[in-house]
Amino acid sequence: MAEGTQQHPLKIYFYVWILLFVLSAFSYWVDWYGFQGFTRWGLILLFMMLKAGFICAIFMHMWWERLAIIYAILVPCFAILVFVFIMWHESYWTLIVRRIYFLVTGN
Amino acid sequence: MEESNTTVNVIVPPKKNAFKEWASDQKAFKGVPWGKAMMWIFLVSDTFVFSIFLISYMTVRFSTKAEWPNPSEVFGLHVGHYNVPLLLIAIMTFILITSSGTMALAVKYGYEKNRKMCGWLMLATAIFGASFVGMQAFEWTKLIMEGVRPWENPFGAPQFGAIFFMITGFHGTHVTIGVIFLFIMTRKTFRGDFDTGRRGYFTSQKSHYEAIEIMGLYWHFVDLVWVFIFAFFYLW
Repeated sequence: MAEGTQQHPLKIYFYVWILLFVLSAFSYWVDWYGFQGFTRWGLILLFMMLKAGFICAIFMHMWWERLAIIYAILVPCFAILVFVFIMWHESYWTLIVRRIYFLVTGN
Repeated sequence: MEESNTTVNVIVPPKKNAFKEWASDQKAFKGVPWGKAMMWIFLVSDTFVFSIFLISYMTVRFSTKAEWPNPSEVFGLHVGHYNVPLLLIAIMTFILITSSGTMALAVKYGYEKNRKMCGWLMLATAIFGASFVGMQAFEWTKLIMEGVRPWENPFGAPQFGAIFFMITGFHGTHVTIGVIFLFIMTRKTFRGDFDTGRRGYFTSQKSHYEAIEIMGLYWHFVDLVWVFIFAFFYLW
């Protein structure tokens, strides 16, 4: 938005600020409490996505942008997920090959 | 300073016509200053850089036979007789969020052309950012003293060091660059460059309060990246 046309109430920044603190405290608490397995990963991912979402939407003002620029920013990021998926499988394949190699060579 | 927030009209552009705007004979990002569009495009490219680091971390961690060091213990600090897990990292996280908040407010006051508030909040952001870098330097020193190297470490999988130095180092570099620019922008704000439209030294373009918003985008991005590093590297 052009300068001077965008004004937001102060309240929303403080709400998001407090929310970010609380969510960070929660994700720290996940580690402190010692959750393991899927509970741990699920909670970490949940708090991470919420924090990232609020920073992007409110602090970076994406909520108030035009759809054209929102798409231009967010759509390319889906390529990352594809890459994550590919490398996830690749890494398990590497692990299997390593295990076989070390089994054969007796390590 | 007056508190007139209740009467503020928030202008939300219509969430439609994205494809029409991208079509021919149209300006793609209507009403978006070029500096801001460029910063967003840079941030998208930077997102890819950090994603590749985090993906390489995932690949390395999944494919190693050795046990991955427990970050809770590696990054724990002794306070008295207790070993508090991830204490320094938690403090760094809170400091970065605090700086993000002050930056958001600086942008808000920039919109309102409130020079003094904007300047002080920018200064606060810069100082918080500098203290973050200081703590990171402390953390690096501590780990290097404990024998963590990019090729080995006493805790487990040798890849840990390489990933740690690469990811936190790259993020720390971003924070450092941000702090330098925050100080520069603070000076410009207090000098009144954005009110008088003084021409920039390198660009010879007129200064605008838009610059504060663009600075804010960069700074929030640095915080955003830390959210992902905190989740994947320190908590996972």
